[in-house]
Amino acid sequence: MKKSIRGIGTGIAVGAMLVTAACAPPEKEADKSTATSTDAGVSAATATSAEEFGGLDALIAAAKKEGTLNVIALPPDWANYGEIIKAFEAKYSIKVASATPDGSSQDEINAVKQLGSTTRAPDVMDMGGAVTVANTTLYAPYKVSTWDDIPDAQKESTGLWVNDYGGYMSIGYNSAKLPELTAVADLMKPEFKNKVALNGDPTAANAALNGVEMASLANGGSLDDISKGVEFFKSLKKAGNFSKIQATSATVKSGTTPVVFDWDYLQVGYKADVPGWKVFVPPNAVLGGYYNQAINKTAPHPAAARLWEEFLYSDDGQNLWLKGGARPVRMDAMTTAKTIDAAAAAALPQVGGDPVFQTQDQVAAASKYLVANWAAAIK
Amino acid sequence: MTESIATADDVAGDQPSGAGRRLPLSWLGAVPFFAYVGIFLLLPTGVVIFQAFFTAAGQPTLANIKVLTTSVVVEAFINTITLSAVSAVLGAALGAVLAYMIASGPADGLTRRLWTAVAGLLAQFGGVTLAFAFLATAGPVGLITLALSNLGFTTTGAWLTNLSGLVVVYTYFQIPLMVLVFLPALDGIRPQWREAAESLGGTSWQYWRHVAIPLLTAPFLGATLLLFANAFAAYATAAALISQGGIIIPLQIRIALSSETVAGQENVAKALALGMIIVVAVAMTLYAMMQRRSARWLR
Amino acid sequence: MVAVTTELADQAGPARRQLGLRAQRARRLRVVRWVLLFIFGLIFIVPLLAMVEFSTRELDLSGPRTLEYWRQIGDYPDLIQAIIASLELAAITAIGALLLLVPTMVWVRLRLPKLSRTVEFLCLLPLTIPAIVLVVGWAPVYLWINYFTPSQYQTSPLVLAFAYVVLVLPYMYRSLDAGLQAIDVPTLTEAARSLGAGWTTIMLRVITPNIASAVLNASLLAVSLVLGEFTVASLLNYVNVQVAMNQLSQANAGVSMAVASGALLFVFILLIALSFVGRRRSGGRPVEEN
Repeated sequence: MKKSIRGIGTGIAVGAMLVTAACAPPEKEADKSTATSTDAGVSAATATSAEEFGGLDALIAAAKKEGTLNVIALPPDWANYGEIIKAFEAKYSIKVASATPDGSSQDEINAVKQLGSTTRAPDVMDMGGAVTVANTTLYAPYKVSTWDDIPDAQKESTGLWVNDYGGYMSIGYNSAKLPELTAVADLMKPEFKNKVALNGDPTAANAALNGVEMASLANGGSLDDISKGVEFFKSLKKAGNFSKIQATSATVKSGTTPVVFDWDYLQVGYKADVPGWKVFVPPNAVLGGYYNQAINKTAPHPAAARLWEEFLYSDDGQNLWLKGGARPVRMDAMTTAKTIDAAAAAALPQVGGDPVFQTQDQVAAASKYLVANWAAAIK
Repeated sequence: MTESIATADDVAGDQPSGAGRRLPLSWLGAVPFFAYVGIFLLLPTGVVIFQAFFTAAGQPTLANIKVLTTSVVVEAFINTITLSAVSAVLGAALGAVLAYMIASGPADGLTRRLWTAVAGLLAQFGGVTLAFAFLATAGPVGLITLALSNLGFTTTGAWLTNLSGLVVVYTYFQIPLMVLVFLPALDGIRPQWREAAESLGGTSWQYWRHVAIPLLTAPFLGATLLLFANAFAAYATAAALISQGGIIIPLQIRIALSSETVAGQENVAKALALGMIIVVAVAMTLYAMMQRRSARWLR
Repeated sequence: MVAVTTELADQAGPARRQLGLRAQRARRLRVVRWVLLFIFGLIFIVPLLAMVEFSTRELDLSGPRTLEYWRQIGDYPDLIQAIIASLELAAITAIGALLLLVPTMVWVRLRLPKLSRTVEFLCLLPLTIPAIVLVVGWAPVYLWINYFTPSQYQTSPLVLAFAYVVLVLPYMYRSLDAGLQAIDVPTLTEAARSLGAGWTTIMLRVITPNIASAVLNASLLAVSLVLGEFTVASLLNYVNVQVAMNQLSQANAGVSMAVASGALLFVFILLIALSFVGRRRSGGRPVEEN
């Protein structure tokens, strides 16, 4: 009798705890009162453009008052983010707290969901296509000042997400120790034994999926058909040329993974460590991909978040990305207006054919195929 | 808190009272532990298990659990169990030997301090750094690989990127962990017992068989179980060495949780975690059975 | 001591022969011991040396050496702050977990033996779930913790201690269990109580000194785990030493290995220093009072 009472008691206690935990705690009153807003009562958290907030200067003042910006998953050598962060900090005296630099796009969304509106939650996100369109309920719409320069196909109509920079899928390799690449099929040569690596697992990482898709395009596949790419890697594995080691700057520098499939702007970082590093974009398979910016709806520093977006889409920000080897989304508009950094534009890897881009549906179909077939193919 | 309640219990226990009165107060002594574990371990685990039965949109479903029965997942479970069991047994055996070597020196000596510090350091050494340390040693262009090729033996160094290589890497941190966890048991063996056995005319083998091994079996089995569980959920090292294919369950969980290309799989990860808990619960049951049987056998 | 025992026994031929055999065995054990320790030492140190070698590489294995990457460790000012925070975390976690575990384990042995399997399973549970999944469960708990934290401490990683105590439980439990089973807890406590000792005295001055080796090993494990813990801190967006090191290592490959090797060296020295704590058996002063 006593035992059952105890049992029921523990059951109720456990149930109560579960329910309490499932509910988020109430928002602190203090947070509400210090939230940045203009005299007109427009809160930074709901402003959809700088004008609505009262002009760029008002935004800058509000952001400086907030004092910090939380960014996530921005490695310093990814499209020159290191320099971009430093430039932003210097220009506006706002400290940028960079968390989880090697996180994936999904890790960014997980952080937003798990950290709620605590002061450590990410303010802005930079994500791949699939994750971006799957989580639009988490973003705040915002149109930067240079909104009109961005092609319609590369932004969401209300500003929930916007393309920021892109590049082409490429093969980087140490040309000092390996023969020159003229086609993707060259990788089957015996000199490449145990040397070819992808940047992650295609069922998990955006860059790796595009790597396989590029191989597919180069081997007779299409944007709808990734199977040729999977077959290519299967034969690469059979020949012993495919390495499962995760490519990092350390493995590239040490020569453990001297051939890496990755976005062309990510190959820039490897050049510093390996003097002979060459970047090859196959002329018959120019697969492009853009990443996307989004603002967290419950950002702890909403004004700073919006200022960051203004900075990224300004000429300075776009040119800094260009300096990192990525193609900024306003490139065409800036080239016409002659505000583009001509030297950096000329330094981009030469691209032979016409670039193609996968739609979200094609990406979904490709990942479905990979989930079913990749693990077995490279076993 | 524990002390005052306990004293009250002692008073109650010394009096000739019914068993019903003693039991509740005894339980109170365990409340701090259970309260803490309840909030910070059982609750999060409960949240995870609870979410395993829902889709990403919030609809109740058994689809996530069904994923556990697919051949890919079953194979990954087998791989994980094999990897953990082999590295646990190897780590336990070698670690016990190393621990014995350390324990047979002077208790305050430099050797013992040094080795305890090394063990503490390497027991938690893992992840990308450990993977790279091994790649730099025995990988495709590792120091040992290059040295061997200079001597004429060519290896591709690809052995690190399959399961057997992973076993070797895991054993590297299992041995120090075993040393740290098993040393207290070895310290509990007093040298006087050995002398007593000898003065009674016993041989070395008899000493081990009737004195040392019965005392050490329980802690040895417990430590092996710990090593098994330690290897079971480890994934950072494996992710750096075998980034393709998700051959062990923790890697599958990582793919499900942070995949950029396949959305909405987070709750599959929780179902996989539930599977892992079940496997370790089974391992614990086997361990309890083994303990009971070995205690009987050694009597 | 051996000689005394022998002399107390009959000083006849058989005893002297036994002495000779024992000395021979002791010598053989010493040789075996040094050989094995040397081999194990080699196995453990070679990968670490490979790391250090890579961190001093400028471009090539055969090329010039450089200390540039080690110097770059100093370029990250927040590292010191993160190190201090992690050291504080390590201390809080170790002490907190000991305070939670030792009384509970003793109590279970004395009064609630039926609970021992439950406690054992609970102390193994944190290991069975990968940290990335456990964080999903901790996130709501930490939202509540954040709610109660004053705003100036919102980014302080010290609240991670709650989670770390749980992570440390499996290792500590095993070590303490090995130590507790070697001493006769019921007899010791009975004797102490019959002499009038209260429970605090029993815990601090009777039980703990007898399991000093286990407590020390458990503390070493806790410190080592907290200093090496990355996943939970990173996913909850707190900055501890491993997160700070990870930031630093993103700069380039050489720095990543330099910072990792430096961290290993630092923790090694710290653990050796820690092993000097609580070795004073003579006064019987317990570890926690330091």
